[in-house]
Amino acid sequence: MSPSRYRDGARAIAPIAIAAVTFGASFGVLARSVGIDALAATVMSATTFAGSAQFAVASILGTSGGVAAAVLAATLLNARYAPISVSVAPLFEGGRVRRLLEAQLIVDESWAVSRRADGRFDRRLLIGAGLVLYVSWVTGTALGSMGGEALGDPADLGLDAAFPALFLALLVPQVSTRRALAAALLGGTVALVLIPFVPAGVPIVAAAGACLIGWRRS
Amino acid sequence: MTEVWIVIGVVGAATVALKSVGPVLLGGRPLPEHLDGVVSLLAPAVLAALVVTQLVGGDREIVLDARLVGLASAALALLLRAPLLVVVIAAAVATAAVRAVS
Repeated sequence: MSPSRYRDGARAIAPIAIAAVTFGASFGVLARSVGIDALAATVMSATTFAGSAQFAVASILGTSGGVAAAVLAATLLNARYAPISVSVAPLFEGGRVRRLLEAQLIVDESWAVSRRADGRFDRRLLIGAGLVLYVSWVTGTALGSMGGEALGDPADLGLDAAFPALFLALLVPQVSTRRALAAALLGGTVALVLIPFVPAGVPIVAAAGACLIGWRRS
Repeated sequence: MTEVWIVIGVVGAATVALKSVGPVLLGGRPLPEHLDGVVSLLAPAVLAALVVTQLVGGDREIVLDARLVGLASAALALLLRAPLLVVVIAAAVATAAVRAVS
């Protein structure tokens, strides 16, 4: 474990960082259009740092959905971070405050790239990738909310397809055992079946339950 | 405006708490052994769910659009053992191309 692994994490996430800046900018633009000013939008990206939840909040407040609906939707969307954070818990060392701060760099993408081929997670990969994503997301939000329409619609650039592509590329080397393949198929199916019936975010949490097929009685 | 700051505060606190569950409550210790099998399957299960929701997830509906072509291109790039950067760019370029002509 050399310090260069932080850089490896940053390098691994670089293809997605550009998408993160652009989506951060589009969050900033959307936020401003519903009356969330540049300061509030940037503070939200710096403190929440979870794209889908932030988009949900902006769109719900924009359609006057109310505080409770916005908070509930965002919390459901982010509920997956409870099981995800448990999976990487052993990596975090030091005092509680340090662990709490470092844990904020856990997002889907940094978590996904921090898993090594041997199935263990790597703290330096996660932190390196997480920092790059954090700076990209917050910078993008600030640019967008201060008038970054010129950056364009991420969908026109196909950037929304970059995310499933990243997750697919990271999934393929993981399904090297029959159990892992079964968990992936079950998780994907559960998510697909649930999408039409439950609020966004819930399908991912339910799919996480597929990992219980690995339960062994001690 | 106050409403916005209340939402930002509550959502921020909830997210910080959710991300901290593992690292703060269990941090620095190996997970109990009988959980090993479960946790090692969390990544494939959640990654597959992320692929599905990012690919066809809409607001309580399945949305089939140009992203499918993008993911097919990514899959092809993966078959050809292309590096991650190429896989991601292939998906974006193919999706953008389909949207540009439709």
